[in-house]
Amino acid sequence: MRARVIAVLAVIAGVVRGLVRREPPPGLARAEREPDPRKRQVGADPRAEVAVAALLVLGGALAFAFAVLIAAYPQTQLLGATLAAGLACIGAALALASSRVVPREVDVEQRHPVAEEVDEELTQEVREGGAGISRRRLLAGAAGVAGAGIAGAFVMPLTALGPSLGDAPNDSPWRRGRRLVDPEGRPLRAADIGIGSMQNALPANDPSALEDLAAPIVVVRVDPRTLDLPPDRRTWAPNGILAFSQICTHAACAVTLFRYPVDEETSKPPGLVCPCHYSTFDVRRGAVPVFGPAVRPLPQLPLAIDGEGFLVANGPLSGSVGPSYLNVKRAKDVK
Amino acid sequence: MRRRARRAAFALAVVCAGLAVWSAAAGGRQQPPPARTPSDAALARRGRDLYAGTCATCHGENLRGVPGRGPALLRGGAAAADFYLSTGRMPIADPTDEPSRAEPQMSGADIAALVAYVGSFGGLPVPSADPARGNVARGKETFTESCAGCHQVMARGGIVTGAFVPALQDVTARQVAEAARVGPYLMPVFDAGRLPQRDLDDVAAYVRYTAHPDDRGGWGIGNIGPVPEGMVTWLLAAVALLGIVRALGERAP
Repeated sequence: MRARVIAVLAVIAGVVRGLVRREPPPGLARAEREPDPRKRQVGADPRAEVAVAALLVLGGALAFAFAVLIAAYPQTQLLGATLAAGLACIGAALALASSRVVPREVDVEQRHPVAEEVDEELTQEVREGGAGISRRRLLAGAAGVAGAGIAGAFVMPLTALGPSLGDAPNDSPWRRGRRLVDPEGRPLRAADIGIGSMQNALPANDPSALEDLAAPIVVVRVDPRTLDLPPDRRTWAPNGILAFSQICTHAACAVTLFRYPVDEETSKPPGLVCPCHYSTFDVRRGAVPVFGPAVRPLPQLPLAIDGEGFLVANGPLSGSVGPSYLNVKRAKDVK
Repeated sequence: MRRRARRAAFALAVVCAGLAVWSAAAGGRQQPPPARTPSDAALARRGRDLYAGTCATCHGENLRGVPGRGPALLRGGAAAADFYLSTGRMPIADPTDEPSRAEPQMSGADIAALVAYVGSFGGLPVPSADPARGNVARGKETFTESCAGCHQVMARGGIVTGAFVPALQDVTARQVAEAARVGPYLMPVFDAGRLPQRDLDDVAAYVRYTAHPDDRGGWGIGNIGPVPEGMVTWLLAAVALLGIVRALGERAP
């Protein structure tokens, strides 16, 4: 792998060095090959103008395609390819215009203060900047297309900032009596949850569960003798089976890590851990944060076991789901 | 003189062939599960002596554990014993350290004896997983759902608060099965209710696959995720952009 990195870098270094070397030596030889760059060179190259216009239109169209795709068919590879190709076309157009279309002149600034008449000279030069360009309207139109496309490409992603989640974090599908199912939709049997195991779960018969922030929960089971829940939650964990919202209260990542010790005395107590910033929640005390940036506990779902041995919710979640910046409304959640 | 050289070359070839066979065998390291035969009793007796000498200080008489030193071995049984011994995690010098993978410190025969002794108390039997019966694609799905949170999607390992999570490129299918059923150190338990045998075979097939992934799409960069990939892109793209700028620019005479 290292050899490949070195090879790629060597190729790039070689290309760059080749470009540097290709420059002719200074002095007479250079003057013979190229006109003196200090002299004003007027482009007057209609073919280059058409090429620049074509590149600008193509670039603008690609950037516009990005803006349309982001709304209609947001596929990452396609988005990246259209925006990159659009920017490359516009960049190539600018490079070509600078070398073949606009007048070129090397201006050496004198050290003495710029007098009034020099300013006038400069104004005149700027006015004459379009000399030798025949298809001015075409170029201006093409540049307008490019600008509009790029503006669209930069404005459309702003739509990702909204719409606001509204009351969604407080509007959870969990109600008393609702069964817990695994991600394949099979109801969870209490007897199948072993001590020290972890299982993702969703509310039964909820077609929108996968798009609902408040739906996913994690089910873990600890030794019931080691539970240390607050007094009002004593009945929430039958047989040591606990359920919590899976959305971290720090930055809304999915809490996917569960640690359960073989021997607590020589390692660590059980905990749910968020993979983004390693916020760690003590499940036996109701998922209070014990490490990391999260400050609010994961909302707990009171559980019960129904007559057929399946796990059901025994009430709503104990608090607002997700981080505080997602519009937490219940005062008791804000600590 | 020439004959001696020829003989040396022959000896060298034999050694090389031996090493090749050994390394090929080690690549597919799949020790047979401990035998369940009448000689088990004799094996367990030998295991008891080894246990008394090597393990009892921390794990106590009759596998009951010693508070603050080592856990009881009654639940993990033969599965845990085989996992910890065959991955070189036990014996450990400091019981408060995280046991980490190393060359096995005991011979295969000693490990078999200890596994038989620990297994004679009950507990989890040595499980198995057959990657040949598993499906790599399904295994990746199950692994992503159940294991990748800690072990990372390409099984390169990571951390959880309080422990390093090992990479899995060197583990055998049997060790995958043992780790799932036992839940060593801080790992949660994946029993048959949580991870049926079929899923376990799939996961074992996927874990074996991650040792030699085919890196479709190009360069793996260690298969450790998007951060190094982004860094490579930026560093290469930045150099390329500098080259383009250099090509476009002109020096004043």
